[in-house]
Amino acid sequence: MFDFLEGYDVLGAFWTTVQLTLLSAVGSLVWGTILAGMRVSPVPLMRGFGTAYVNIVRNIPLTVIIVFTSLGLSNIFGVNLGAADDFDTKFFRLAVLGLSAYTATFVCEALRSGINTVPVGQAEAARALGLSFNQVLTLIVLPQAFRSVIGPLTNVLIALTKNTTVAAAIGVAEAALLMKQMIENEAQLLLIATIFALGFVVLTLPTGLLLGWLGKRLAVKR
Amino acid sequence: MSSVLYDTPGPRARRRNMILSVVFAALLVLALWWIWQTMADAGQMEGAKWSPFVEGQAWTTYLLPGLGNTLKAAALSMIIALPLGAALGIARMSDHRWVRVPAAVIVEFFRAIPVLLLMVFANQFYSDYTAIESDTRPLYAVVTGLVLYNASVLAEIVRAGILSLPKGQTEAAQAIGMRKTQVMTTILLPQAVTAMLPAIVSQLVVIVKDTALGGAMLNFTDLLNGRKTLAANYANVIPSFIVVALIYIVLNFLLTSFASWLERRLRRSKKSTGVVLGAEDVEDLNAPGEVVGVHGVDAGARAGGDVGKAP
Repeated sequence: MFDFLEGYDVLGAFWTTVQLTLLSAVGSLVWGTILAGMRVSPVPLMRGFGTAYVNIVRNIPLTVIIVFTSLGLSNIFGVNLGAADDFDTKFFRLAVLGLSAYTATFVCEALRSGINTVPVGQAEAARALGLSFNQVLTLIVLPQAFRSVIGPLTNVLIALTKNTTVAAAIGVAEAALLMKQMIENEAQLLLIATIFALGFVVLTLPTGLLLGWLGKRLAVKR
Repeated sequence: MSSVLYDTPGPRARRRNMILSVVFAALLVLALWWIWQTMADAGQMEGAKWSPFVEGQAWTTYLLPGLGNTLKAAALSMIIALPLGAALGIARMSDHRWVRVPAAVIVEFFRAIPVLLLMVFANQFYSDYTAIESDTRPLYAVVTGLVLYNASVLAEIVRAGILSLPKGQTEAAQAIGMRKTQVMTTILLPQAVTAMLPAIVSQLVVIVKDTALGGAMLNFTDLLNGRKTLAANYANVIPSFIVVALIYIVLNFLLTSFASWLERRLRRSKKSTGVVLGAEDVEDLNAPGEVVGVHGVDAGARAGGDVGKAP
């Protein structure tokens, strides 16, 4: 019954999906935190840049961004991320870059709303102690903000897991691309689609449950 | 100018902010200069690469038909997904287990899998089992994928909207002898629909962005696909990307502004219960999970709980 699976590396494709997800998650968390820092910083120019970046990038379809990393960034601007000859690695890295740039806007907005949930007294007390903006943000406000936005960040992570399928648009050999190839070549349409759908359910549901539980445990009790 | 996070800058802080501004501006200018130079080297700054956008040919032949298809797919998906989503959302709150459980399974399943998978599946399904012609098949596939996904997201929006209404509404309706169906159709749904409007408009942004998937993967002739044919004719990769991105940005910005205008208006209005589902709630609903709560209501409930526990 499962003969059609021969010759296809389904697990390998899902492993690529997981790698895309994890690397982009780290990238977008770092870049999103920097963006959030910029958006609340005392320097007007940085605030303006953060706001503009978030509002512009968030409104462009991810597909456009991913296709641009290949046709624009790589072909015209020559950004190959150290893998000019190895096409598989190059497109994988470009996809991570595109996914991080896009997802960072959602991380930034989640963090910013988290910063707003930290009571005013926390920052005021920190300032009264003479802490600088950087110290207030990194020692007092952000640690509390992070703990209160684990829930929203989990949703961003799950959305990111699903969004990694867009990397198929530039030929990264992840789950969606393999599924497209398989259903075009094999006859078992429903069976193949079910396998891939269940694969994503297995990836996204436990993430939601685990991090949802963690979020409740780590939330600052007020 | 100050905020909770930093004091009003004194002379030293002002100097430091000035230096940071200058350094940051220099970095930005450097980046822009590099982009400009590379584009010029690649011949992307020539007048011939940009003139099609001024002369109108690029618009009438490639971009506007593409944009039309993007809007068509988005509008169709929303129109079909709304009643489906409402039905699923209400079914999920049914008193009967055999209605509630299947509805919940359907909603959670379709929210957990990527839209692209649904589109690719629909495309192959239509090609294998139906007589839909190959030039309209991508539109069908894109709309099907978007409907399946968004119906389940809208189901959660509907459910959150109805759950967010004060309990007194149901109780009062029951007290004057209304049946379950009457309570739902004449009391709860009309109020929930008003509360949901901003969330529904915000979901349109998600739909518009997702149509581009069909353009890249299924050869659906949308805006992104129009860009490809345009760039193939004029060799203007970067200009065409910039123009297409701008169109998406303006379109989505208008939708987002409309949604937040609606949200503000509804929050002010005295006629409703003041419950509104905003853009933020939609973002959370696009990920699967069992917790559904309106931000404001949820926070209120939690605060209330804390007060109760306080010694």
